[in-house]
Amino acid sequence: MAKFRKKGGRKVSALSTASLPDIVFMLLFFFMSVTSMKETDYKVKIKLPTATEVKKIEKKSLVSYIYVGAPLTVYQSKFGTEPRVQLNDKISELYDIPDYIESERQSHDEAEVPFMTYSLKVDSDAKMGIVTDVKQELRKVQALKLNYSTLKSERK
Amino acid sequence: MRQVGEINASSQADIAFLLLIFFLVTTSMNVDQGLFRQLPPPSDGQEQEHEKINERNIFIVLINKDNRLAIEGEPADFNELTDRTIRFLTNPANSENLAEQVKASKKYDDAVAAGKTEEAATYKALVDRCGDPNITRGVVSLQNDRGTKYETYIQVQNSIVAAFNICRDNFAKEYFGKIYDELNADDQKLVKTVFPLSISEAEPRSIK
Repeated sequence: MAKFRKKGGRKVSALSTASLPDIVFMLLFFFMSVTSMKETDYKVKIKLPTATEVKKIEKKSLVSYIYVGAPLTVYQSKFGTEPRVQLNDKISELYDIPDYIESERQSHDEAEVPFMTYSLKVDSDAKMGIVTDVKQELRKVQALKLNYSTLKSERK
Repeated sequence: MRQVGEINASSQADIAFLLLIFFLVTTSMNVDQGLFRQLPPPSDGQEQEHEKINERNIFIVLINKDNRLAIEGEPADFNELTDRTIRFLTNPANSENLAEQVKASKKYDDAVAAGKTEEAATYKALVDRCGDPNITRGVVSLQNDRGTKYETYIQVQNSIVAAFNICRDNFAKEYFGKIYDELNADDQKLVKTVFPLSISEAEPRSIK
């Protein structure tokens, strides 16, 4: 005969939740340390193209971004619908690029300048004309390390 | 003295949770990635002395404003670009119109004659470790129109880089038994010497 446990036998003591805050704090610190707040707001529409042979950018602190794309609807009355260049938070002209590069270089240590990379985030619908212009501007100021920012897809 | 009562810490977890959720929501763990490329230094009016490149060693890839592709002057499909680049670089049948192949030992002699000790050392290592492999002289020349779509341009760039990567992987597998990415830095340098990523982009002009 099977034995049945008597009703109301041993009482399971309440689970201690004293360590809960510690666990949560641990998670909190993890996310705080990996979070990088988005530094710039996109003022242009950017849908990155995809590529299979991508490499990761190793040192993010040494990267400056240049955005190219058609202005968002809000800014179209001012800047038109043709793809434009965005530097930092502003939609800029091509001739602003050398100044931007210079200021980016100033904000870094001199020894780091040769390792600085310029990442082009260009909308896939943009034409090469403007991209070529940007590249020519970059060449003028000896900013030669370039990265075409893309999304990753698998090789077929 | 009045005894100060202990502060109730039970809400601490809630506060921490709140913060946690905030950071969870704002975190974007996207990694920045893309195709790396080195631009040529600015051309200052006077043309620099170019190293003479033989016609057969240049693989011309054109993209026009309608996003059509032409390889060596003939219309081609995007799917065949990678394969044709590989064929051009490795030139397995040793045909006349594909890239010239040079023995590493010859390169070594040239480098010694030119007094480039560092290059010579690399070629020497290549001869010692891989038994005098062929080194390609091929250069890919990519030309595009101002009206070419960026997406197409990246696709073509990607196909060409893929060709180089496949060549390097094949070479690495044959001589080192591993793919290129798994080799150590020294071996990678050797493989790189055999297949130098040489994509030249013409000065901008319009293409019909």
